[in-house]
Amino acid sequence: MIDNEVRDLEAAVDQIWSVATSTFGLDPFPVRFEIVPASVMYEVGSYALPGRYSHWTFGKAYHRMKMMYDFGLSKIYEVVINSNPSYAFLLETNSPTQNKMVIAHVLGHVDFFKNNAYFARTNRRMIDEAALHARRMAEYEFKYGRKVVEEFLDAVLSIDEHVDPNFFIKRRRAEDDKKQEKPKRRDGPYDDLLTLEERRASESGPADEEGKHKPSIDAPEKDLVYFILKNSPVLEDWHKDIMSMLHEEMEYFIPQMQTKIMNEGWASIWHSRIMRELELPTSEHLEFAELHAGVVSPHKGQLNPYYLGYKLFEDIEKRWDNPTQEERDELGRTAGTGREKIMEIRELENDVSFLRNYLTEDLCEEMDLFIYELVDDEEWTVTEKGWEAVRDRLVANMTNFGFPYIEVVDGDYDGNRELYLMHRYEGVELDMKYARKTLECVYKLWGRDVHLETVSDNEPLVMHYDGNEHDED
Amino acid sequence: MSVQRNDWSLQRKGQIDQERHKERVREAIKKNLGSIVSNESIILSDGKRVVKVPIRSLDEYKFRFDYRKKKHVGTGDGKTKVGDVIGREGQPGQGSGMGPGAGDQPGQEYYEAEVDIDEIAKLIFEDLHLPYLEEKAKQAVQSKTTKFTEIRRAGILSNLDKRRSLLENIKRQAKETGKAEIGPFRKEDLRYKTWEEQMTYESNAVVIAMMDVSGSMGEFKKYIARSFYFWMVRFLKTKYDQVKIVFVSHHTEAREVTEDQFFTQGESGGTVVSSAYKLALDIIAGRYPASEWNIYPFHFSDGDNYYSDNDEAVRLADELIATCNLFGYGEIGEEGASSYRRSSGALLSIFKDRLKSQERFVGVRIDAKEDVYPALKEFFGKRGEQV
Repeated sequence: MIDNEVRDLEAAVDQIWSVATSTFGLDPFPVRFEIVPASVMYEVGSYALPGRYSHWTFGKAYHRMKMMYDFGLSKIYEVVINSNPSYAFLLETNSPTQNKMVIAHVLGHVDFFKNNAYFARTNRRMIDEAALHARRMAEYEFKYGRKVVEEFLDAVLSIDEHVDPNFFIKRRRAEDDKKQEKPKRRDGPYDDLLTLEERRASESGPADEEGKHKPSIDAPEKDLVYFILKNSPVLEDWHKDIMSMLHEEMEYFIPQMQTKIMNEGWASIWHSRIMRELELPTSEHLEFAELHAGVVSPHKGQLNPYYLGYKLFEDIEKRWDNPTQEERDELGRTAGTGREKIMEIRELENDVSFLRNYLTEDLCEEMDLFIYELVDDEEWTVTEKGWEAVRDRLVANMTNFGFPYIEVVDGDYDGNRELYLMHRYEGVELDMKYARKTLECVYKLWGRDVHLETVSDNEPLVMHYDGNEHDED
Repeated sequence: MSVQRNDWSLQRKGQIDQERHKERVREAIKKNLGSIVSNESIILSDGKRVVKVPIRSLDEYKFRFDYRKKKHVGTGDGKTKVGDVIGREGQPGQGSGMGPGAGDQPGQEYYEAEVDIDEIAKLIFEDLHLPYLEEKAKQAVQSKTTKFTEIRRAGILSNLDKRRSLLENIKRQAKETGKAEIGPFRKEDLRYKTWEEQMTYESNAVVIAMMDVSGSMGEFKKYIARSFYFWMVRFLKTKYDQVKIVFVSHHTEAREVTEDQFFTQGESGGTVVSSAYKLALDIIAGRYPASEWNIYPFHFSDGDNYYSDNDEAVRLADELIATCNLFGYGEIGEEGASSYRRSSGALLSIFKDRLKSQERFVGVRIDAKEDVYPALKEFFGKRGEQV
C-alpha cells in the first residue's frame, strides 16, 4: 500500500513538473522528494538544513515546533532545501491533494533558488558542506569539551546575522591577491579566510611599533564575524575555524532572508496556477481552494509574506498585461508582457527592491496596509495610512533583513586593540538589555574592551563593556 | 525527479539537541531558584504537577531593535482608520503579570520553561536537611498496606501473573511434546498473584502554621508566608509519612482556621503574639503529644507586637521550644522598603536576645520574594545534623 502511495506521488510529480516547465516555462533544479514523519519534518525545519551541527538553540526550536504540531496548532507541509538537486520533504500525513499543492509550491521555490540573482553565489552542495561542518564541530566538542564549544557557539551566534551579504566580493579579492604570490601552504577550502593575516604579516616583515596592531581589514567593516575572526587578539585556530564555518552557513542563508516575501509569493503564484491546470475532481479542488486560501490569507494586524508576495506578483502581471494608455505612451509598455515581467523580477529583485519598485497606491489600499506603533506605552495604534509612508516603512523594516546595521569602525581603539562598534542609527533604537548582553558575547570573541555607539532616548550613547561591568556615556 | 520514503525511525538529532536544551533549562533553574521558589505559578499551582516559570537566562541575545519603539506595518480588513487601536500592551503573550519589575521592562520577553514541580523540589531540597529529626514512638499510628507476596493456582483474572503463566505453559509443553515452546493454554498453566495485608508504622509530623493577620499584614506578607509553607510542607512530606498542618491565625487573639481562611482572610487590629503561642501549646497538648509527633511550629509576623506582650511571648516561645523539634519565626518586612523597616522589626531581635534555647530556634527576616529561598535554607540548614 505504501508503495502505491509512492507510485501515485511519483506520477503526480511528473505531471506537475511538466505543467510547471512546459506550460509555464519555469526552470527549476531537479528535485528529490522525501516523505518523512513529523519528527523528521520538524527536525529539518528547525535546523534549516539536514545534518547540521548540534546546538541547544536548534533543540529549543525543534521542541517548540514539534509541540505546536502535537497540539494541532501549526503544521509544516513541506521544507525545501536550496541545492542542486534540491531536496524537498513532505509530511507523511499529507493528503494526496495537499501533496500535489505542496509539490507545485516546491517547484516554485526551486525555480526561484535557481534563477534569482541573489542566490547565484550560494553553495548548491550546502548539505554536504553542513555535514562536514557538523563533523568538525563534533571533533572540537570531543577535543575541547561540549560545554566549551557550546559557550563559544553561543557567542558567535549572537552576531551571526552581521555578515556582509556581498561577501563574495571580498572572497574574490582575497583570491585575486593570492594569485599574485607563490602558494606557501597546501590549499584548503578556508584558505581565503584564514591565511590572509598570515600572509600579510610575512609580507610586511617585522612591523614597526606603531602599526603592530593594525587590523588586517580596513574599518569600517559591516561583517562583524569576518572582522573578529581575522583580527581578534584571543581566538585560537579552532575558534576561527568554527567562525568561518558559521560564516559560510550564513552566506548560504542570507539570500533566503533577503527574499522571504518574493520567494513565498512566487511559490504561491505557481502552486495556484499549476493546480488549476491539473483538472482536479471537484472534491479535490475544494480541498485545494481551502488550503490555498489559508496560505495566502492576510493575518489581521500582521504581515503574511505569502499574501504580500502573492498579491504583488499578481498585480504586476496584470499591470504589464494591460498597460494604461499613459504607460504605453510614456513607458513604452506593450500589452501582454506580464509573464515576461514577473520572470524578470524573480531574477533581479530582492524583497527591498521588490517592494520599493512595485508596491502601488492601489495595492496598499486594497490590502489595507497601515503603520502602527505603541502610543503612551500602552496602546498599539494605527498612526499612518499614507501609501508612500507605508511603503517606506516596510522597506526600512526589511533593510539589513530587519537587523540593526552595525559596523566595526575601529579595531585598535584607543591604541589598545579595543573594538569600537557603531550602530548606524536610522530612527529606531536598540533593545538596550539585549545590546548589553550581546556586547558580553562580543567581548568573549574579542577578549578586550568592546564599545558600541548608538542612540538612546534621542541622545548619542556609547556603551562599554570591559569583561566585568557595563558602562555608558 | 524522484520520490522516496525511507526509514527514519533511528533519526534522533532533534531529540538529542532537545535534551541539550533541557539541560540548559535545568541549569538555568538552578541558578534562578531564588526567584522560582516564590513564583506564583508554583505556589498557586493547586496540585498541578507541571507549571510554567519564566527563565531569563535562556534568551538568545542579538543586537535587535526595541520592539516597542519601532513602527510596524500590518494588514487590515479593509476598514482600518488612523487612530484605531489594534492591541494593548501587556496582554497575554507580552509576558506581563509577573509582579513588580518584570512586566514593565521595555520589550522584555523571556523563555517560559515548563517544569515539573517535583523536579524543582528535588533541586531545592538538595541543600535542605531536617533538623532534629527524631524517631518518635512510631507505633502510635498504624496503617494498612497491601503487598503482593504469593503465587497461587487459583485467583481472580485481574491478578493473573502473565509471565509465570507463560513459563508454566512452556514447561508443560516441553514435558508433553519435548519442545519448549508456547502452546495452547490450559487452566492448569495459569498462575495468580495474591496479596497480604501488612501493618506499617508511620512517623508523623505536624506543622503548626501561625500567622499574624493584624491590620499591618498585607497581601505581599501573606504571599511570602504562603510560599514558605508550600515548600516547608512539601519538604516535610519527603521525610515523614504523614504531615499534618494546623493553621492558626491571630491578631490580638488567636484561633484555628482552615487553610483557605488562613491565606485569604484579612483582619485588622493589633498584634498579641502570645495568644497564638498559647493556642499552639493547647493544640499540642490536646492532639499532638510530643511523644508521638514531630512538631514544627512556625510563625510569621511583621514583628509589631504590643510592647507589653513581649515578655509573655518570649516565655511561651521558650515553652514551645521545649516540646518541639524546631521553632521558626519569620519576620516579613515591607515590600521594597527593606532598610527602612528593618529597624522597627522588634520581635525578631527580642527573640534573638532573650530566648533561652537558641539552638532550636530559627529566626529570619524576609523582605522580598527572593528571600524565601535563603529563609528555607536557614530554617532547614545544617544545624540539625548531629541527630
